Amino acid sequence: MLVGFGWTGAIMGQQLCDAGLSVVALERGPWRDTPTDFATGFAQDELRYMWRHHLFQNVSDDTLTIRNNVNQEALPMRRLGSFLLGTGVGSGGVHWNGQIWRFLPTDFLTKSHNEKRYGKKAVSAYDMTVQDWGITYDELEPHYDQFDKLCGTTGKAGNLQGKIQPGGNPFEGPRSNEYPNPPMLQTYGPTLFGKAAVELGRHPFPHPTGNMSQPYTNPLGAQMGACTYCGFCEKFGCGNYSKASPQTTVLPYLLQKSNFTLKTECEVLRVELTADRKRATGVTYVNSAGEEFFQPAEMVILSAYVLQNVRLLLLSGIGKPYDPKTGEGVVGKNYAYQTMSSVNVFFDDKLINPFIGAGALATVIDDFNGDNFDHGGLGFIGGAYIGGMITGGRPIEMIYTPQNTPAWGLEWKHAAAKNYLRSFSLSIHGSCMSARGNYLDLDPTYRDIHGRPMLRMTFDFTENDHKMSDYLTDRAAEVAKAMNPREIKLNRRTGSWSVTPYQTTHNTGGAIMGDNPKNSVVNKFLQSWDVPNVFSMGAGAFPQNAGYNPTATLAALAYMSADAIKSQYLKSPGPLVRG
Amino acid sequence: MTGSVAILGIVGLAVSQMLSLPAHPSSAVTPRGLLTQHFDDSAPNAAQVRRGQYLVAAGDCISCHLREGGEPFAGGLGLNTPFGTIYTSNITSDRDTGIGAWSSDQFYRAMHDGKGAHGEDLYPAFPYPWFRRVSREDDDAIFAYLMTLPAVNYTPPKNDLAFPLKFRTLVGAWNTLFLDSHDFQADPGQSAEWNRGAYLVNGLGHCGGCHTPKNSFGADKSKQELQGGKLDNWVAPDLTGNTRIGLGEWSVDDIAEFLASGRNAHAAAGGAMADVINYSTSFISDADRRAIAVYLKSQPASPSVAAAVPDAGAMRRGAEIYSDACASCHLDNGIGQSRLFPPLGKDAMLQQSDPTGLEHLILGGTRIGVSSSRPSPLGMPSFAWKLTDQEIADVSTFIRNSWGNQAAPVRAADVSELRKKLNLQTVRLTDNSGDR
Repeated sequence: MLVGFGWTGAIMGQQLCDAGLSVVALERGPWRDTPTDFATGFAQDELRYMWRHHLFQNVSDDTLTIRNNVNQEALPMRRLGSFLLGTGVGSGGVHWNGQIWRFLPTDFLTKSHNEKRYGKKAVSAYDMTVQDWGITYDELEPHYDQFDKLCGTTGKAGNLQGKIQPGGNPFEGPRSNEYPNPPMLQTYGPTLFGKAAVELGRHPFPHPTGNMSQPYTNPLGAQMGACTYCGFCEKFGCGNYSKASPQTTVLPYLLQKSNFTLKTECEVLRVELTADRKRATGVTYVNSAGEEFFQPAEMVILSAYVLQNVRLLLLSGIGKPYDPKTGEGVVGKNYAYQTMSSVNVFFDDKLINPFIGAGALATVIDDFNGDNFDHGGLGFIGGAYIGGMITGGRPIEMIYTPQNTPAWGLEWKHAAAKNYLRSFSLSIHGSCMSARGNYLDLDPTYRDIHGRPMLRMTFDFTENDHKMSDYLTDRAAEVAKAMNPREIKLNRRTGSWSVTPYQTTHNTGGAIMGDNPKNSVVNKFLQSWDVPNVFSMGAGAFPQNAGYNPTATLAALAYMSADAIKSQYLKSPGPLVRG
Repeated sequence: MTGSVAILGIVGLAVSQMLSLPAHPSSAVTPRGLLTQHFDDSAPNAAQVRRGQYLVAAGDCISCHLREGGEPFAGGLGLNTPFGTIYTSNITSDRDTGIGAWSSDQFYRAMHDGKGAHGEDLYPAFPYPWFRRVSREDDDAIFAYLMTLPAVNYTPPKNDLAFPLKFRTLVGAWNTLFLDSHDFQADPGQSAEWNRGAYLVNGLGHCGGCHTPKNSFGADKSKQELQGGKLDNWVAPDLTGNTRIGLGEWSVDDIAEFLASGRNAHAAAGGAMADVINYSTSFISDADRRAIAVYLKSQPASPSVAAAVPDAGAMRRGAEIYSDACASCHLDNGIGQSRLFPPLGKDAMLQQSDPTGLEHLILGGTRIGVSSSRPSPLGMPSFAWKLTDQEIADVSTFIRNSWGNQAAPVRAADVSELRKKLNLQTVRLTDNSGDR
């Protein structure tokens, strides 16, 4: 039984159907497919998809409440902003950018590695509650490799089986294989970024992408076409079959399986447990006509988005809810996000032509990510990649104007016209360390259309995140200046987290993994410590968030979980790790 | 596409209907499940049943005996013929509504002579003019297999035919006029492979059912075998050696690959051919696909037809529309992406004398057939909502006369007429296009 059909649902569905299990997936949103729902003729509609949230969760049915700290009253997010929650078949996997990153080997050892190098205070300052993951990069590597092959990831390896490769990311963990496809063609902006980075002694390389650099057939036989660089990836579905998604990479294969069933517009309300609460018996769900059903299941896999998985755990009474006052309990603990900032670059003499773009079209440097640099004396841990990135030149969202330009009116129009073709943005994609006061629980007041309590998010950036982000924004500004532009504009991450401006849909934690039931919700195979036939997928398992996009890591974790289910659990259903 | 997708909520808009994947209740028996079901040696007459299962795929029975949302072999699909709508029958083992009470003799009579259980004439929408070339042994195997199918109690709707044709006795006269009196005759001058191909193409495969032009009685035009036909607003292309509109430029391997996977370096199987891939040719053996290809490659080229020169204005307008609407997949100069989005130059389908297939493709879109090795049901989206009849005519004319193609211009009035037939006058983008 799969709850939700995005990336992890698709991966688990494929793995478990191949193992001969009878798999039913329930997806709360609608069926979606390329030629009917985001065909080339209308996929690039910014107003419809980006601003009117066509592919996203309808917040009048269900949303969450938000506050920065426990002293505030949380209020419902009535319009999506900081993050854009997906729904429907493929979910976020439909409207992501296709940025495919592996975390660094040290990212899985956030606590022990940093403590060893920088001392105890480095990992406990600012009320941080960072943890090790309970797995190593080496354990996860084969599963990263599986996801790369599934997606046809493009890129250039920087570390092949321990040997550093020219042209790739020299800081990455060892890869067992080269990328399945060569890097995308770098357009002018990213090329300028790369040259400037080299001048500064950095190590630029092409961003790994799930946007295809050439036609690709994956190991399941699913086919993708070459990307047209139309610049409509994030918030949009791809009409050209050029972006890796559950639709393009897994569904064609799964739909041939007689032991696979996908039901759309069926929302799971809760996981049902036996009286002793040690075993799930199935789920209760409601269809679009409002009728409730019980779906029995031997195994329940929560493969919805982070926030829904955590909420279902809380609503179903699986695991002990986290209490920020005492620090006890685990469900909802260590919610984290992504600390984003940017630097805009404006030229007089260079035509960047930003409308030629793709979700992950960028040249990036990783010199200041994770622990790739000495943090001694800096007062923070973590880091970011910095990308000279052109995800697109979408006319409403992506017109950059210089510092002190009014936000509207004649002066804005002149600045927009002057700068649109001659500017682009460097993205600083920063880590976010977990902290004691950042967590998820059930809201005491607000309920959804089914009468269930909404999820309540309590979150603010920590001082660690701000220091990291400021330091990294300065490093990006150095590269920006080395490109010799007319001017640059720094968009720092200042003040408390705000739910209004879009930042990124990389919510993590709340159902974190770890090496024992006291510090985590699930074991390293994403299996609930409390109810061993329940598994919770996704970025909810991250004990804190690294300076990379989360998709490849959560996909690799799903593959690793599937492996353990197939090789151990099916033979002997029960805990895969003794608590 | 045999995994189940249950789509609840609002359904029923033209575009999504045309492109939606077959939906089945989650407990349903799926076509792929049936066609790949393993029959153990211990099963009664296992060898015969397995053979029957294979032949049922070779005969593409499911394409017609499956209605949207229905059970495989239970029938109920409305076949739009020039004479009215004929609904396919239930051929599951149900005794009341299917053929569970039939004998193998009765089944053979249906296949060979077009007679129903009580000797009544069957309409030749059931392709007995081809099936009569199938051997008795093969018919018995098919019957044995059909008897293993789960009984489905379902009565298809009554046929909706124009007045005189309601009388089945007229079919007797039709049989006298048009039915080939011969069973399959092997040609000793040809190879065994060629003869196997001929047996499949002209027998169970009933390729001519679509690919041979029909006269006003719906019978094959004589001496024009496999020169291209039309059904249900699609065009079934010429399969002869004609290099412009037939298979002249295709190799045996090309044809075999197309039948196996619904795609090859030249073309993709959309329209009605998608189901032939889905339920038939992707399940037969490589040897049989090659035999079919060898036989088709031996067909003499159909006569070439001169095409009128297109208007320069239409070509110019068409080029602009192509660049805006088509080039993102089919690329500049129509070079396409091999096995994904077909190249358009020197394309047989696009150059058919009758442009209905191309018009239909642009108006309604299509999804290509799938196989276990090539499971992606790549789709051409509908442009009915976006392009006017004149624009569709112009871009069709442009495509039919570019990159080595040469074919008669397309008229806006014909597109308009087809748009009405397909009920695509007013379309919304998708069933959930109401922005919030």
